[in-house]
Amino acid sequence: MISIKNLHASINGKEILKGINLEVKAGEIHAIMGPNGSGKSTLSSVLAGKEDYDVTEGEVIFNSKNLLEMSAENRAREGLFLAFQYPIEIPGVSNINFLKTAINEIRAYNGKEAIEAKDFLALIKEKQKLVELDSKLTGRSVNEGFSGGEKKRNEIFQMAILEPKLAILDETDSGLDIDALRIVASGVNKLRTKNNAFIVITHYQRLLEHIVPDFVHILYNGQIVKSGTKELALELEAKGYDEIKHQFEKAEG
Amino acid sequence: MIAERSITAQKIIESISVKANKVGFVIEAELTEALQYLETKGIPNNKHEDYKYCNMDAVFKKEFKNIVQEYNEIKNSDVKPYKLEEAINLVVANGNYNESLSDKIIVKGITIKCLNDLSGKDSRIGSLAKSSADAFISLSNAFSGNGIYLQVQKGNVIQMPINIIYINSTKAESMINPRSFIHIEANAEVTISERFANVGKKSFSNFVSEKLVEENAKLTSYSIQEEGTESFSVNTNQVKVGRYATYDNTTVTLSGQLVRNNHNVLIAGENSQSHLNGLFLTSGTQLVDNHTLMDHQVPNCESSELYKGVINEKSIGVFNGKIYVRKDAQKTNAYQSSKNILLSDDATINTKPQLEIYADDVKCSHGTSTGKIDENALFYLKARGIGEESARKLLLAAFANEVVDKIQIESLRMHLETKLNNLY
Repeated sequence: MISIKNLHASINGKEILKGINLEVKAGEIHAIMGPNGSGKSTLSSVLAGKEDYDVTEGEVIFNSKNLLEMSAENRAREGLFLAFQYPIEIPGVSNINFLKTAINEIRAYNGKEAIEAKDFLALIKEKQKLVELDSKLTGRSVNEGFSGGEKKRNEIFQMAILEPKLAILDETDSGLDIDALRIVASGVNKLRTKNNAFIVITHYQRLLEHIVPDFVHILYNGQIVKSGTKELALELEAKGYDEIKHQFEKAEG
Repeated sequence: MIAERSITAQKIIESISVKANKVGFVIEAELTEALQYLETKGIPNNKHEDYKYCNMDAVFKKEFKNIVQEYNEIKNSDVKPYKLEEAINLVVANGNYNESLSDKIIVKGITIKCLNDLSGKDSRIGSLAKSSADAFISLSNAFSGNGIYLQVQKGNVIQMPINIIYINSTKAESMINPRSFIHIEANAEVTISERFANVGKKSFSNFVSEKLVEENAKLTSYSIQEEGTESFSVNTNQVKVGRYATYDNTTVTLSGQLVRNNHNVLIAGENSQSHLNGLFLTSGTQLVDNHTLMDHQVPNCESSELYKGVINEKSIGVFNGKIYVRKDAQKTNAYQSSKNILLSDDATINTKPQLEIYADDVKCSHGTSTGKIDENALFYLKARGIGEESARKLLLAAFANEVVDKIQIESLRMHLETKLNNLY
């Protein structure tokens, strides 16, 4: 699905990612955990194509294509989806118009005709149920006036509509109460198939009780310093990040 | 100094008075005052505080050196694109109300006349546009065409909107002084759109409209300016709002090399509401200057303003909003907002709120923002597969629609949406 090799990226001359290696196959869920400032959000932004970052070294192959050469919109059209940590409010652009434009641009890119109005409405209805999103919200402007939980659910709702091959969930659990967390996680679990994959970026182990990962990676200081199975997350939860920091600071020193 | 100031004014007067007809509806004293004003104060240049960014003297010197006052006859086919299917269409052609180009629909409660037919019969005509106020009002008082008088009689709620088309067609550099008096009597209601077009050569349109909204009446008005690159205009609205009355205006400026709007609202009746909304989209070397005045003279009134600009290339936008709260105007609630998007590094916006408050128990606020297109929003849309161009269009349309959505005449709103979509 995606193969990240020796990825280095910097912002304003400061190197944040210092050689990331990661291989994700179809059907897998990978969790990336790490303390604040380790580069978790930078990794998701770089993969999604945010232009603020400079990729200085390395390559990313997504479904046999060079991801780093693609524009952000083409990455999305190829099936990459980023659930934002802080979804943007866009006053004046209705959720419906936004989703319809997105679907149709993706379809056009893949040589398909625009979606029929009735099929679109049916799709909206079906996916709304999945994340228990109030139908009133879809009529409003994108994320405008949404609560934190509603914004996160709207991200999962968009993901459900666009059916990406690879979804990156950037701290989707942050700011969620336990009910919202359960809804978001169950949405993800229902969308999981053997043909798609997820990268779940999180600070806490909590989300991983609901979305059970196949692999857990620990990101520290711009590198993946440890990989394992779901037990690694539990270990991390018990010991905290301090031990990791301690261990690798010493190694560096 | 005085002689220096009046050179431009003298030249204009000389070139246009040759072919000008006597203005029938302006009283002699106002006419004398108008000429005196022009002689002593002249056409305002950038030293005049209200024309700081809009040097009209320089515009006349550069662009209207040879005013010839020659016009083409306006034909039905010229007017047709500006007519609205669901409205009563009235035409003011080259400054004169033209009955034969207008719709022949008779609606109960509406009176339509030529302004000159009202000479001496209605002292209200001219009462809101005093020569002493401004050079362009003076020019209108001295040289106005035979414009339109529209009255909605007491208690009549007019369902059908009225569309007044002010259309000019000049053969070469000429000045036109279109004029209107809109009179909404007590308890009457109407929606009026005013569309401005130029189908000829270079023209200067000096438009003046007096709008009297009497007790508990409601006037919803739209000013749609799409006069093209050969057109220069000053558009003055002198509005008086009575007790419990509502005045709403939405002004959309799509084109015009120079467009100066003076929108002055005299809030003269208690418990009234006045709302001004504006949208201007500029490009090339256009200058669009919106000057508004909310003059709160009495207590318990509400006013709001929302002006939005999308400024591209080397064009310049101006918003100057003055809120004047007089000593007696307690419990005034006035709000003003100016939001702008600059699409190029060479584009300029000058925005200035001007609050003068002499009452102590009021709520007045203003806000202004200017920026580029929101990069975070752009990235969010792109991250969902929406291409750069579509994403920009979506964001600009969202910005503009806050104003365009105020327009309740559907065919007019759709016309604007289509126009805007092609502009971005």
